[in-house]
Amino acid sequence: MTAKAHSNDVTMQAKAETHQYLTFLLAGEEYGVDILSVQEIRGCSSVTPIPTTPEYVLGVINLRGTVVPIVDLRKRFGLAAAQFGATTVFVVVRAIGLDRHRTMGMVVDAVLDVYNISPDEVKPAPDVGNALDHDFVTGLATVDDKMLILLDIDWVMNSSINEPLQTH
Amino acid sequence: MDLSEFLAVFFEECYEGLGVMESGLLQLDAGCTDAEAINTIFRAAHSIKGGSATFGLNEIPQFTHVLEALLDQMRDGRRAVTRDAIDLLLESVDCLREMVDGTKAGTELNAERIAAAQRRLENMLSTADSALEPITHPTIKEESPGDKSNLSCWQIFFRPHAHMLQSGNDPYRLFRELATLGHLQVEADLSSLPSCSEIEPETCYLAWNLWLEGELAREQILEIFQWVEGDCDLEVKKVEEHAGEPEAEVGSEVQGEGQAQTPIETSSSPIPNARGHKNERASAGQDTGSIRVSIEKIDVLINLVGELVITQSMLNRFGEDFEQPQVNELRDGLIQLTRNTRELQEAAMHIRMLPIGASFNRFPRLVRDLGNKLGKKVELSVSGENTELDKTVLEKIGDPLVHLVRNALDHGIEAPEVRKAAGKPETGLLQLCAYHQGGNIVIEVRDDGAGLNREKILRKAQEQGLLSANDTVGEEQVQNLIFQPGFSTAEKLSDISGRGVGMDVVRKNINDLGGHVQIRSEEGKGSTLTIRLPLTLAILEGQLVRVGTETYVVPLTSIVESLQVEPTRVSPIAQRIELYKLRDEYISIIRLAQAFHGHSHALDRGQLVVVEADNRRVGLSVDEMLGQQQVVIKSLETNFQQIKGVSGATILGDGRVALILDIPGLIQGCIDRSLTQIAA
Repeated sequence: MTAKAHSNDVTMQAKAETHQYLTFLLAGEEYGVDILSVQEIRGCSSVTPIPTTPEYVLGVINLRGTVVPIVDLRKRFGLAAAQFGATTVFVVVRAIGLDRHRTMGMVVDAVLDVYNISPDEVKPAPDVGNALDHDFVTGLATVDDKMLILLDIDWVMNSSINEPLQTH
Repeated sequence: MDLSEFLAVFFEECYEGLGVMESGLLQLDAGCTDAEAINTIFRAAHSIKGGSATFGLNEIPQFTHVLEALLDQMRDGRRAVTRDAIDLLLESVDCLREMVDGTKAGTELNAERIAAAQRRLENMLSTADSALEPITHPTIKEESPGDKSNLSCWQIFFRPHAHMLQSGNDPYRLFRELATLGHLQVEADLSSLPSCSEIEPETCYLAWNLWLEGELAREQILEIFQWVEGDCDLEVKKVEEHAGEPEAEVGSEVQGEGQAQTPIETSSSPIPNARGHKNERASAGQDTGSIRVSIEKIDVLINLVGELVITQSMLNRFGEDFEQPQVNELRDGLIQLTRNTRELQEAAMHIRMLPIGASFNRFPRLVRDLGNKLGKKVELSVSGENTELDKTVLEKIGDPLVHLVRNALDHGIEAPEVRKAAGKPETGLLQLCAYHQGGNIVIEVRDDGAGLNREKILRKAQEQGLLSANDTVGEEQVQNLIFQPGFSTAEKLSDISGRGVGMDVVRKNINDLGGHVQIRSEEGKGSTLTIRLPLTLAILEGQLVRVGTETYVVPLTSIVESLQVEPTRVSPIAQRIELYKLRDEYISIIRLAQAFHGHSHALDRGQLVVVEADNRRVGLSVDEMLGQQQVVIKSLETNFQQIKGVSGATILGDGRVALILDIPGLIQGCIDRSLTQIAA
């Protein structure tokens, strides 16, 4: 899959630093991650489940000889499990988990565009009580009249690695 | 100028030198007269001194200089080799090692300790030694001309002018000539050395301070420098002899041959050449045709071999299903490929293997010191030092071994009086041996001491609530109790043992390496601890099994047998734990499907794989036994985390990931669960 780069329509001074974000669709919502943390986008392959891991850790895959865990963000956010369709892919990211770099894949419904967003355009997420864990959101942005939820990938990484659970 | 690369090499060589010094000193007996042995120690000290001076590390050369002086006296026969001297020198080596550690880590050196040690060395130096013996030299003695008391000491200051090198004069050659006249010590003066970017290789920036001792006249020195007269600043001064040093003995003036090659190398070479010289010396010292390779290069190679194994098994899979006429050729080709791959893999593995002697060589010192401390007489016998094992395993087995040896000395071997009363020789025997067996390396720590005291152990176990008074316990189980955390029958703590944190950590460390440890002991006669470790860490022989839709790998070395389940032999306890009657024993059953996926299935439709770890057996219930193959171990922790019951992952021929089961972990988990379930 190729990602197209769009220039941002919202007027901004050219000198402001813009970050590029890869956006994707997850359960009807648009999320974005810093493109620098995205290593590759991979078609779905069979995942080997791992015992005693939380539900949102689907298992591991073989990424050119390395064993990489796959996380279902829908489950992570407490939504219904992902239905693997024609556009479902793994977005493989590299981020810091427990003090070092790790590689992890996330199941997304579809990959969308790459946007340039400057820090000024990022608004903090409103505090809506405890309905949903808001630590994973670094902020919100508006692109083409749509709300984009910017994901804190380090948080996703860190929280997916736990102390081993007990066997039942 | 960035010296850090050279510094790294220098530190490595320092440690090597310290090792040479230590083992040399340990082998030196009191009253020894073997000049060559002492010389080896001296040379090592000298190199360390010279090298550190080159790098401007001032404390080390200062300290080493005194050490050197003492060694020098010994090798010249001006001082006898006494046990006290050896002990002091050994301590100084420790001190020196600490200094190197500190310098390397950039931490502050313990100035007090260094000063104290230095003072002791200087004290020893200044006391004249009365009991001298003439020493034997391996080389032929040169006839000394005339008068033996004509020893003179000269200090030479030599600074070549900048262009001296361009006339083809090499200071190294000059110094070599000087060395043939007598005993030469060289120190380079680096004060005029500019930064690396400004250095011109044909310009000389260095000056040297030389001390030459021997029967020679000023004219002889000046003669050597004749060629460079006018191109250098030269000062030759006669130095007063040290007061209090006893007159030279017969053997001491024969210095020409033995010395010529030694002192010059490290201290006199200008920095750009330092590395070349060091390597020269290192290879001259140990001419075993070996080479230093960085560990990363080896790991790259091993990874590539791992990938090759995967590719080859993938091709094998295709080969099996082919129906075409050329299949025979394909099959032959694949057999050939398998053979090549296996050989390549073994060769790659062997690169990482080092002889275990490297780990064993710290023990003579340890045993000696500990024996002294505890007041026990122990003789250490080591065999199988050439048995090779993987470098990582070697590094990690060091600490557990130290602990076992300490235990043997502290608890095992008795005090000399006790031994005598028991009719044993006063000196206890501690044996360390290593050998290959099957695909493993076996290390034994054997002592002829008191053995495990069954009574004491049982009592302690009851005290700690591990056993009740009525339990019947088999011999093996008693002995295995010492591996429990916090278990110790020592009456009092010492800094050596007694805290009870040792044996379980030892066993855990060994298990982590994929091995096991067992103890066999006979009360009054002694104990033997046997450690078994796999030879390689990255590749293992595995049995593939199917549980539900997933494939798992069971390490072949842990499989005892596999059988078809006979439902009549299955008996539950308290409705929760299932046991299987395997001939005369009952073993627990772990239903993998349930443990891993949460489904249960009928036992009798699958197989039972009996696995063993630490003398405990368990039956794993699987759906189907698949093939056996070599698998490359991939780490789960690199990108994920450690999972209980799983020791790693591998990639099968079809590209899918299969999990490798951690047998000791599974068995332990089963036991833990049983205990909690029974208690509940």
